[in-house]
This record gives sequence, C-alpha cells and structure tokens, in this order.
Amino acid sequence: MIEFIVTVFTSSNYWFIVLRSTAPILLVTLGAVITEAAGIKNMALEGSMLWAALTGVIVSAATGSAWLGVLAGILSAVVIALILGLFALKLDANAVLCGVALNLFSTGGTVFVLFSLTGDKGISSSLASKTLPFIKIPFIENVPWLGKVISGQNIVLWLAVAAVFVIHYIMNKATIGRRIRATGENLEAAKAAGIDPDRIKFFTLIVSGVLAGIAGCFLSMGYTSNFTSGISAGRGYVANAAQVVAGGTAIGAIFASLIFGLTDAMATYLQNVGLPPELIQALPYFVTILGFIVVTLIRDRREAIRKKKLFEGKIDKSRFKSVISGGDAGSGASA
Amino acid sequence: MNSQKTRKPGFVASVRLFFTDRDKLEPAVITILAGTFSILMGVGLIFLVSKDPVTSTKNFLLGPILRTYNFYYLLIAMVPITFTGLAMCIIYKLKYMSLIVDSSFYMGAIVATAIGVRLSLPPGIHPAVAMIAAGLVGGLIGLLPAILKIKWRANELVSSLMFNYIFYFIGSFIILYYLRDRDQTIMASMPFQKSFNIPKLIENTQLHAGFIIAAVFVVLVSVFLFRTRWGFEIRLAGANPKFAAYAGIPVATVALYAHFVAGFIGGLGGAVEMSGLYRAFIWQMNPSYAMDGVIVAMLARKNPKFVPLSALFLAYLRVGADFMSRRGDVAFEFITLLQGVIILILASDKILNYFKARRLRKNALLADSTARNAAAQGGEA
Repeated sequence: MIEFIVTVFTSSNYWFIVLRSTAPILLVTLGAVITEAAGIKNMALEGSMLWAALTGVIVSAATGSAWLGVLAGILSAVVIALILGLFALKLDANAVLCGVALNLFSTGGTVFVLFSLTGDKGISSSLASKTLPFIKIPFIENVPWLGKVISGQNIVLWLAVAAVFVIHYIMNKATIGRRIRATGENLEAAKAAGIDPDRIKFFTLIVSGVLAGIAGCFLSMGYTSNFTSGISAGRGYVANAAQVVAGGTAIGAIFASLIFGLTDAMATYLQNVGLPPELIQALPYFVTILGFIVVTLIRDRREAIRKKKLFEGKIDKSRFKSVISGGDAGSGASA
Repeated sequence: MNSQKTRKPGFVASVRLFFTDRDKLEPAVITILAGTFSILMGVGLIFLVSKDPVTSTKNFLLGPILRTYNFYYLLIAMVPITFTGLAMCIIYKLKYMSLIVDSSFYMGAIVATAIGVRLSLPPGIHPAVAMIAAGLVGGLIGLLPAILKIKWRANELVSSLMFNYIFYFIGSFIILYYLRDRDQTIMASMPFQKSFNIPKLIENTQLHAGFIIAAVFVVLVSVFLFRTRWGFEIRLAGANPKFAAYAGIPVATVALYAHFVAGFIGGLGGAVEMSGLYRAFIWQMNPSYAMDGVIVAMLARKNPKFVPLSALFLAYLRVGADFMSRRGDVAFEFITLLQGVIILILASDKILNYFKARRLRKNALLADSTARNAAAQGGEA
C-alpha cells in the first residue's frame, strides 16, 4: 500500500492529471469566491459551465475556430449568470433556489439543443469541434520530472493561474474590490456610502460567468474533446463548497481546488489497483464535504480563542488603553 | 350554541371564502399563469425544432388522455413525485434548502431492492417491512445535511448536493457488488421475490396500490403539519427561528426531526416505486425525483393539501412529453428545461406579490388622500 502511494506521488503523470483536473475547479471556485464576497451565492455556476461547454463545441465546429467557440461559450455562461441576477436581484427571488432552477434549465436545455442539432442525446462527436491548444514550454519541457508535469498542459491551466492573480488584485487592490467587500459585509453601510449594491452584484456575477465559461469550454474542448450530457459533473456545486474551504480568498481557492484535483486524480489511479470504481468516484465529493467541515471547525476554534483572549485582555490591551487614556487626556485638556 | 360559532365553514362557504380572499386567490392565479406560460413556452420550443410541430404539440398536450394506457401511466407517474413533493413541503416549511430527499429516495429504492431480493417473507408483510426499512434509512440520510448545518453551519444545499453524488455512487456500488443479476448486460439487480410486489389496483394495468399509499400520505402529512404540535413547531421555526427560540422551541431538534420525517417519506417513496412498478432494480441513473418534488412543493405553495393537484400537473407534462418524444423528433429533456423556468417564475417574490403590492400601494394612497382631505377640511374649519 505504502509502496503504491509512493509510486503514485512520485509519478509525474499523477501530478500532470492533478493539475489538469484542478484547472476547471479553480476557475469556478474563483467565480464562487467573488460572488460570495459581494453577498450573493451563485449556484448557477453548474448551469453556466454546461452551456459554455455546449456553445463552445457548437460554435467552434461551425466557425472552425476554437477561440470563437470560447468567446461564445463565455457569452452563454454570462447570460446564465445575468438571468440569475435578474431573478435574484430584480425580482426578489431566493438566489439559491434560482440557481437550482437554472441548473435544471441547463441540464435539460443543453441535451435538448444537442439532440435538436445532432440527433444524439449523449455526445457531440458528430460535430467537428476544435480543442484549445496545449502549451509546450521550451527548456522546462526537457527538465526530467517537472517538464512532464507542467509542459504540455492546456492553455486553460495557465489562464486559471492568471485568473487567481486577477481576482486577487480585483478583490484586494482595486477600488471595485473594496466596494464588493463592502456590499457583501454590510449592505446598508455600502448603500450609505453611495454604492449601488445591485450593480456590484451584477458585476461579480458577470465575472463569475466569464470564469465558469472558460472552465466549461475547457471541459469540452481540452479536458475531453466532446460535449457529453452532464459534462460538468457537479463541479459548479463543488466550487461552492470549495469557496468555503478557500475562506473566501483567491489564494485560498488554489488550495481548495487542489484538494479536489488531488482526490480526483487519485481516483483515476485507485481504479487501476482494482478498488471498486463507484466508491472511488464518490471520493472527491466526500473529501469536499470533509474539507468543508474541517475548515469551519478550525475557523470556529480560532474565533473562540480570539474571543477568549479578548476577554482575558491578552491582545489589543495596549491599543484599548491608549484609546482610553487618549480620551482621558482629551477630556482633561478640555476641562 | 357555542360550538356552532366555532365550527369551521362548510365546503361551499370555504370555496367562496377562497375566491373572496385576495391574499389566497392571487397566488393561485399566478401559479396557474406560471403553469400556462410554461406550457406555451413548451409549444413554442416544439414549433422551433420539430418537423411536424402540429402532431408533436397534439401529442404533448393531449397524449396523457388520448390513450387509456397513457392515462394509467399518468396516475403512476404521480406517485413518486407526490412523495418527494410532500417531503419537500416539510423541508421548505422549515425554510431549509436541502435537496437530500434525492438521496433518501434513491437509497430507499436500494434498501427495498435488497430486502425484496434477499428476504423471503409472506406477501403484504414483505413490502411493508421493505417500506419501513427504506423509510428509516431515508430518514437517517435526510438528517445528514441538517446536522452539518446545525453543527458546522455548512450550507445545506451545497452539502446535500455533495451527498446526492456520494449516495448515488454508494447505491450503484451496492447493486453492482451485492445484488447484481450477472445474466443481464445492463446494470440490474436480481429479480424480486414474488411476495415483494404490492398488488395492482386494476387488472392488466400498471396502476399499483402505491397510488393509495401516496394518497394516505398526503392526508398524514397535512395532519402532521397543521394539526400536531410537531407540525406547528416546524412551521413556527421556519417562519421565524428567533421568535421560535425565544418561545422555548428547540429549533435545532425541530430541524432534525423535520428532516427525518422528510427523508422517511422520500425513502418510503423509493420503496413504493420499487415494489409497485418493477420486478428488479433497473435504474441506470438516478431519476432525481427530488427536483420534481421541488416544483410540486412550490406549485402547491408548500401546502400538502395541494400536492396531488400539482403532482397531477407535473405528471401530465411529463407523460405528454414522453409520449411526444417517442413519436416525434423532440427530445424528452425539454421538459426539464420547462421545469427550471417554472421554478424561476414561482421563486420570484416580486412577481408573486405584484398584485398584493399594487393593492397595498393603492390602499395606502387612498388612506393618505383621505387623511389629507380630512386635514384640509380641518384646516378650513
């Protein structure tokens, strides 16, 4: 067993698969992170991915260009996110329920469209769709172990890495980031400060739509080369769980989605050793729930310790003192 | 005399009350409009993609009543979604979003299969044992997201969706490794014992006694929610958890038993489906009746009394779509698309409260102008 684990973890192929299955999850998790920061739960990420995956395939087959396919895919994903915004923000619907409804709409809708176009309900293999380029990195390509892991990955992996920085920048450095966090943390205060919360929420929904769109296109034009029904396989839902594990930060999203990637890739390996595939397929979802619980436990404990310290006066005492004494001094001066 | 006063209004009076009480009438009208809209949208889609749209539309709209066989099929199709609809009513009354009933239903069917294949019991007792066991397992599964939510504040929708994947894989594992019929090329369990199947209601049709069980459960759940202390606590905890907590209701415990009951109904529904309709477990994928349950519960406005009606509506759409897709060139999945649209419309509070808000605004303006008039007259005097 130990020998098996060591072989797996030192194999470059394993890490190649890890990165490959992390990429789409990372993208959608970032989408979940940014909408959650603005205080709206985007449950429709799953639906966004499905439409993007299908539209990408159809448009790339029709135009012969993978990038036009991705563009159309992103557009379709954004439309789903905007519909969610329309119902949740403008028509006062429960956002979570709308998300579920949109996913249902997308699960049925994508199969309906696929069947109407190709006469096949399961797979789009009759469409001559394109795939996104795989990047061979010069020099690194020839480094013994590393080259096999990170060279030859799909361009979407690198887009996902870039997205982490972009989202991190948006949320922490840009003005819009402060507005997003203000909207998410205190709606009334944000309104008082002249922020239009609905506009901010729509903005985050569009961003999450773009991210889910890229992820969806990757699934049907890189990860595999066809659209199959239900291709997103719950990744949009996993993203919402991973968002919690990520602690709502872009950097955290890397680790949260890596957990899923590690188990997902491990599942492929464990199948080869003869463990029942059904149980192994359940593993990534199981680990996601575990991660969910562990993170909340840690956060609660930290919170409890912080409160305890605050009560015992072990932290921030000096700051409080200075404030108090400062106030005293002020009042003394005025007296 | 005193008892005369407190007696409830009779049927005719309550119907009249319903039509004069605009708070009740308006949501009903909007629900009907949402249903009509979805049907129109369906017809629109048929005309968009079908080569013979007229026949397809006819099959879609009239299929369930054109043929006797289809009509019985319609009644059968109502059974599982009635169970999941009732379960979702309870969960939604509590204002939880959990979709765990999907797992309860699926695992209920698996447990029933295990009992149906492995145990030999006398007829009558055999399906009863299977249904109770399936209900208990379904109930315990139903607890999981609620526990996660109460103990660790994990979003119940997200965790229930994860659990739905997990239990789907566990379920197919059990079938494939312990109950599989190796002579079949598809994934199927060994055939059930003869004693496991509940009787058919009408000879030579598929209409089974599960229809009666579902009807009984409609009554049971109505009584449970509106006539018992537990139901009252569930409704109160859902309407205002803080108030309920101050009133001394153990909100966490209420959430737990509500989920157990919902899961129990789901699990039992799965067992009823197995023992009524099948001779072996042959589902190749999870039929996801919980999603239908969501729509049924929302169309019924979370009121179990209206669940049969909304189950009939949804079953009608599904049977019509099935009939149409088997005889034409429109994919059955377009019904899933319509279901999503129905939930979207019904979930929008602004659409639902449109008339109410308008009425309130009108009344407020009226009150305002009368007050002003009175003030003006007072000033003149």
